[in-house]
Amino acid sequence: MQVPEQAGADSAAHGLADFLERRREQLAQRWADGPLFRTVFTVSRDEAVEACKAVVDALSEVASTGRLESVGAPGFGEVREQLGRMAASRAGRGFTPAQIADEAAGLRTAAVELLRDETEDRPDDEARDVLLALTVLMGTLRLVIMETTVSAGEELIARQQLQLLEVATPVISLWEGVIAVPLIGTLDSARSQVVMESLLQAIVEQRARYAILDITGVPTVDSLVAQHLMKTVAAARLMGAECVVSGIRPAIAQTIVHLGIDLSSVLTRSSLADALAYALSRQGIEVSQRAAGANPR
Amino acid sequence: MTPASDPATATSLPIGSDADLAWVRHQVRQFAAELGFGLVQQTKIVTAASELARNTLVHGGGGQARITPLRNGPASGLQLVFIDTGPGIRDVELAMTDGYTTGGGLGLGLSGARRLVDELAIETEPGQGTVVTLVAWVSRASAVRPGSG
Ligand SMILES: Nc1ncnc2c1ncn2[C@@H]1O[C@H](COP(=O)(O)OP(=O)(O)OP(=O)(O)O)[C@@H](O)[C@H]1O
Ligand SMILES: [Mg+2]
Repeated sequence: MQVPEQAGADSAAHGLADFLERRREQLAQRWADGPLFRTVFTVSRDEAVEACKAVVDALSEVASTGRLESVGAPGFGEVREQLGRMAASRAGRGFTPAQIADEAAGLRTAAVELLRDETEDRPDDEARDVLLALTVLMGTLRLVIMETTVSAGEELIARQQLQLLEVATPVISLWEGVIAVPLIGTLDSARSQVVMESLLQAIVEQRARYAILDITGVPTVDSLVAQHLMKTVAAARLMGAECVVSGIRPAIAQTIVHLGIDLSSVLTRSSLADALAYALSRQGIEVSQRAAGANPR
Repeated sequence: MTPASDPATATSLPIGSDADLAWVRHQVRQFAAELGFGLVQQTKIVTAASELARNTLVHGGGGQARITPLRNGPASGLQLVFIDTGPGIRDVELAMTDGYTTGGGLGLGLSGARRLVDELAIETEPGQGTVVTLVAWVSRASAVRPGSG
């Protein structure tokens, strides 16, 4: 009995591949209007239809090899990246993996309807087997989408964390030879490393003689943060730049003293403006208020 | 030894990563602000908590922090307990010395934290772990005392 059963399943899979090839256009048109594709390919509907066709092609290839339940079937390889991008786009709009899976399930409904219309007048065993095969295959597609959704989500989080690291440490050129890094948020070891690297790089690129580290936006300065600051100052000094730490608030200054941290090797100024004035005066640049009436206009 | 805190009012936070440290600091600051600590005292307590939580993570291999608001008549305070089951501290007095470190730090975490709060107690057993308890009271200077003077 094994052999004919296997043959039945195979012929159902081939029947399904046949159906998908034949109805490629209609299926793509229907899917293109579903939320999964429509909301991702917003610029042109043709683009959505093309993307849908690629998915239909992948499905019919998987069906023709008979591996309906295999998430790893080679046929999916072609569209995996595209599905991943779609999932990432949905996830980026705040959709949960479960919601995206629901949208993927919606694809099955459209395909089943199309197949039903076709086989309405001949409800035989073969039609039933093809329908079953379609259901199985669409379930597998849903799993593939789920899989890409989860990995896209993880990637998104990792990327956002990295972006946060980068965005939060801009190096600003204040004057020729004077750069500043306004530090905002928690200075853990990873952040400190990024800060030090971007600061040293900017010192080289901009030939900075003075680098201002403004810590107004750093909520806590404990022994580790202080140590990172001192290391950064020492490294900048080796590069030929003098560091000024500004923005130490009164509560933080008192806390640093009680902790017992010796910041005497670090040049400090209370505000970024003071630090800039210091750096300018050291370069022989004097900033003074223009006397009233001296404006030549 | 500090009196046992009421577990019903204690908040437990895990310490297992840098992100957890940030959360502990955030929560401690929240509690301190609600209890009426002034800005300077808040900063001191949060900094002490940061030191001990990091020791729990780095030296103790992770553990937890317990935050308990305290009341003693009109006085409000905050108790913070840091618990780990790591290697313990062999010589507590040495560990409390300014500049003593086994890990390339400044060696100011324990001794510095001691100066930032009202009480600091260490219970430790080599191979058994470490429990550090901090207590800080809202300072009289910043509290409103009717009829005094
Ligand atoms: N929870 C702990 N478990 C085991 N050993 C600890 C623990 N806490 C502190 N120690 C030991 O006590 C020493 C001193 O701690 P302390 O926090 O003062 O300095 P540190 O952590 O080495 O440097 P940092 O100044 O950056 O805090 C540590 O180097 C470590 O050997
Ligand atoms: Mg420490």
